[in-house]
Amino acid sequence: MTDHQEIIAALTDRFGEVNASEFRGQQRIVIPHDASFSAMHFLKESNGFDFLVDITCVDYLNYRDATDRFGVAYLLANIGTSQRITVRVFVNEPDPSIESVTSLWAGANWLEREVWDMFGIQFNGHPDLRRILLPEEFTVHPLRKDYPLQGRGERHNFPVLRRAQA
Amino acid sequence: MPLTATTTRTEFSDSEDYLWTLNFGPQHPATHTTLRLILKLDGERVVDAIPDLGYLHSGFEKIGEHLDYNQYVTVTDRMNYISPMANNVAWHHAVETLLGIELTPRCKYIRVIISELARISDHLLSTGAMGLDTGAFTFFLYAFYQREVIYDIFETLCGARFTNSYTRVGGVMHDMTPLVEEKIRTFLKNFPKTLNDMERLLNRNRIFVDRTKDVGVLTKEEAINRSVTGPVARASGVTRDVRKDDPYLGYEEFDFQVCCAKAGDCFARYYVRMAEMRESMKIIEQAVKDLPSGPVNVGVDERTALPTKEQVYQTIEGTITHFELVMANRGFEVPSEESYAAIEAPNGELGFYLAGDGSNVAYRARCRPPSFMHFALFPHLIEGHTLSDVVAVLGSLNIIAAELDR
Repeated sequence: MTDHQEIIAALTDRFGEVNASEFRGQQRIVIPHDASFSAMHFLKESNGFDFLVDITCVDYLNYRDATDRFGVAYLLANIGTSQRITVRVFVNEPDPSIESVTSLWAGANWLEREVWDMFGIQFNGHPDLRRILLPEEFTVHPLRKDYPLQGRGERHNFPVLRRAQA
Repeated sequence: MPLTATTTRTEFSDSEDYLWTLNFGPQHPATHTTLRLILKLDGERVVDAIPDLGYLHSGFEKIGEHLDYNQYVTVTDRMNYISPMANNVAWHHAVETLLGIELTPRCKYIRVIISELARISDHLLSTGAMGLDTGAFTFFLYAFYQREVIYDIFETLCGARFTNSYTRVGGVMHDMTPLVEEKIRTFLKNFPKTLNDMERLLNRNRIFVDRTKDVGVLTKEEAINRSVTGPVARASGVTRDVRKDDPYLGYEEFDFQVCCAKAGDCFARYYVRMAEMRESMKIIEQAVKDLPSGPVNVGVDERTALPTKEQVYQTIEGTITHFELVMANRGFEVPSEESYAAIEAPNGELGFYLAGDGSNVAYRARCRPPSFMHFALFPHLIEGHTLSDVVAVLGSLNIIAAELDR
């Protein structure tokens, strides 16, 4: 079992400054945006993090002391040792985009589509980056903090199919 | 905003124009919930399946940014509505991880009991519905009768049958009464008989076995690569169970086994679920036997759990705590941090990624729904099988659309 400290040392070696922290026993690292894919590749191939638990995103628009707009979080696990690690990559406007990890984990496909749908982050190299939960005609990304809870009338203006027309 | 039908993305050449396009759902008896599949058929063979989801999308994660840590539990009930207790436990496990609350031993045991009862009721419905879809109606009725008994236990425990909302930050809604314990004991006594009957009905049933064996095979490598968890992964030989790998709620104190199979087909998924019910019974039996006495919620003085009504009306500390917790500008002490905590829900790893910002409301409440990963698997599993296998594979994955779309 590779210790977290060793992994962090190896990552720092390769990709420069890696901001590591621990909270409630959970190891978290922040990877520079440019190195995201190679770092994920390194974690998977050399450190045994073979299981992608989740990909999610946080919009830090109104967050206190935040300097970046979006933080994409990858939750990884090691099936053999059940070790877990959270990898965070900060993404900024304009043109928020990040390298896709679908070539490493097939399970990332729908997760990345959901992040695109909800936050509008482009995943470069994704094979099928379409909206997944919302209709394709939707133009906004509703989990962004500048989108209101009750929407902007999309639902209100939805065309209604009457029985006579159907 | 125009409303157009979703186009199928996969392009087929003109020489393949003999392929049929079949729209399966969103309203179909075998999807059980609102799912839509666009199937490309060559005769009866499925060449390609394109899932189209979002029909039940209700913005649960957005609502999570506007309801406080105790209120949001009502929304988690509606995610996987066939085992809402497990969702309640998952949500408050994540909140307590973020807030750093250590539960009382009695509360841990009660939560173990309810999440294992939820597992049994979920597996009863998923195996029962799978039997129903493949033509075994009696099996489904046997399963549903026992589910009704579990609903009855939950009703005695918290007053609600479906939408339980039983957990609270740092505790539960009410303590468990002796009557509930008695009902659980009776259930444990009677349930093995039904379980034996159910196994005798299907395990060696020629029709059922023919329809599920070697259908929708998922290899171990694929299961890991596609982020599959829970009974679906264990049926493919992935020995992963959050209860053992990353014990929460004191699961390390219980004696139980992780049930696995190697085949990875629909029958193996059915078989693993049936075996897991027996293990859950073992856990409940131990938990009811050793249920610790003492307080169920963490101390009211620590300002972490809502006090009981007696405490509110009869003690000044209770009144103050209640006031502090429910006033809009007061509430929990939440660190400006992010954390992820997961439990082994009946369907797989159910986790919440929470970002706190010091206020009473989560800054971000991400739910990791197991059904989402399992439905992504579906086109891969069904390719090359016949149309009638669609319902067998769907049933074996136990897709809950409310959890899928949130």
